[in-house]
Amino acid sequence: MFAIYKRDMRSYFVTPIGYVFLAIFYAIAGYYFFGYQLYGGNADFSYLFDALFSMVIFLSPLLTMKMFSEEKRHKTDQGLMTAPVSLTGIVAGKYLAALSIFMLALAITLLYLGIVAVKAPVELAVFLGHFIGMFLLGGALCAIGMFVSVLTESQVIAAVGTIGFGIFFTMVDSVGVMLGTPLIEKVCNYLSFYTHYQDFTTGLLNIADVIFFVSIAALFIFLTVRVLDKRRWS
Amino acid sequence: MLEVVEVSKKYGNKLAVDRISFTVGSGEVVGFLGTNGAGKSTTMNMITGYLSCSEGKITVDGHDILTDPEKVKKQIGYLPEIPPLYQDLTVWESLCFTYDLKKVKLNKKEHLNEICELVQITDVKNKLVHNLSKGYKQRVGLANALIGNPPLLILDEPTVGLDPKQIIEIRKLIHELAKTRTVILSSHILQEIEAVCDRIIIINQGKIVADDTPIKLIETQQMEKCITLQAQGKPTQIVSLLKTIPNVEDVTYKMTTQQDVYEYYLETKGVDVRATLSFVLVQNHIPLLELRSNQPTLEDVFMKYTTKSYDAYTLDEEEGGEEDVCDL
Repeated sequence: MFAIYKRDMRSYFVTPIGYVFLAIFYAIAGYYFFGYQLYGGNADFSYLFDALFSMVIFLSPLLTMKMFSEEKRHKTDQGLMTAPVSLTGIVAGKYLAALSIFMLALAITLLYLGIVAVKAPVELAVFLGHFIGMFLLGGALCAIGMFVSVLTESQVIAAVGTIGFGIFFTMVDSVGVMLGTPLIEKVCNYLSFYTHYQDFTTGLLNIADVIFFVSIAALFIFLTVRVLDKRRWS
Repeated sequence: MLEVVEVSKKYGNKLAVDRISFTVGSGEVVGFLGTNGAGKSTTMNMITGYLSCSEGKITVDGHDILTDPEKVKKQIGYLPEIPPLYQDLTVWESLCFTYDLKKVKLNKKEHLNEICELVQITDVKNKLVHNLSKGYKQRVGLANALIGNPPLLILDEPTVGLDPKQIIEIRKLIHELAKTRTVILSSHILQEIEAVCDRIIIINQGKIVADDTPIKLIETQQMEKCITLQAQGKPTQIVSLLKTIPNVEDVTYKMTTQQDVYEYYLETKGVDVRATLSFVLVQNHIPLLELRSNQPTLEDVFMKYTTKSYDAYTLDEEEGGEEDVCDL
């Protein structure tokens, strides 16, 4: 698992993908940080994280789109699958590499926190709530992206599919409202990333929300392993 | 070392491998022969754990690939038809990655340098895989397969796409490796299999149709010895005479470019009838213009087992078509 993690981490930085992801993430985060915190003189990080919440849905596929699709296209998956490593080890190595890059991007907000904290009191609970929520959201999106990537040989399809999943999980609560049925509304609300993210924005660490995001990540990691396993049998 | 028992593989409704069984002992060099789509790569992929078998059992040193995959995979070095190499790594990084992936316990630098020397890639160690020629990529693939000194080496068409010089070099290398390892090798090049392997398994339409040493397979072919002759005269009379010769099973003929001269093909029961045949023709005042015994090759063996009609093949090959062949 560690060998795969190391290789994938390296791969993000020998190809432009890692740099592009970090550059876009930092640029957006920097723009909102400058606009709200520095220029607006605001110590509340909610605006910054609200902007990032929408952006990560479109940015995370950059990290995941080539995870397995590229391996399959270049037949390098044959090397992994015939090595003495379990399927779970392969998937975990790749997932953790993507999550590490996401974490590296998100870490910029800690620097922003430090800068603001020098000059003004910051509501640390709200910041940490946002930070943890964003990390969990990133974890779930990386797992979803990895699952879509294992289904196709095309990076474009993998990226578009991941964005589709991301939009679905973000907007599913509004679909529930439109459908009108209380049960469907409840189910849609429960599945919504947006709903589960709300508690974090107030600085609350609701264990149910944490479990939700972790469960989504675990489910898609499990499905990725199953797809790889099924490929051997079919 | 390796035991394959009643193994089948289905792709949907298509049976790619049909209940094949064989064992490979320690130190053996076994060649897989078969036409495209015969099931060679599928069998190799099942042995290495890339694919799972639909039925049957594969064990390496007593470990089952399904229940104990990691132990089995540790015993195997696999070079697939397209070497699984990351293009963005240098050769050395690629080897280090495989070393880490296989969790090898040997001294890393020493072991990898040893392998580089063996497969002669030391001079390209720092080059990106992407920039290597096909021959070097094949060598790096082989080097990756050798990491950890696996006792069983599985090579799927290791010389495909290489130029003649590279083919000879890779063949020499395999010969060298086979001295200390069990090797299973698939190839379309019959001379390669004949030169390298102690034993040949011919697979056709997912089934094992022959499994023996190259010499024995050719000897089997000699049991059905073929003779070709050219004689001048009426073919009906000559065929009747030829059929009177003991041990002659079948006679066919075709026209030649010379007038009144025909070429005849005799199948015998493995007995050399050339002397009797020449006497019979001379006694009947029939001019014998040419007489030769067709020595079977591994190619003949391969074609026999992989085509529906061997007769059709031999005639096709020698005449460029069977439409003008008369079978009496």
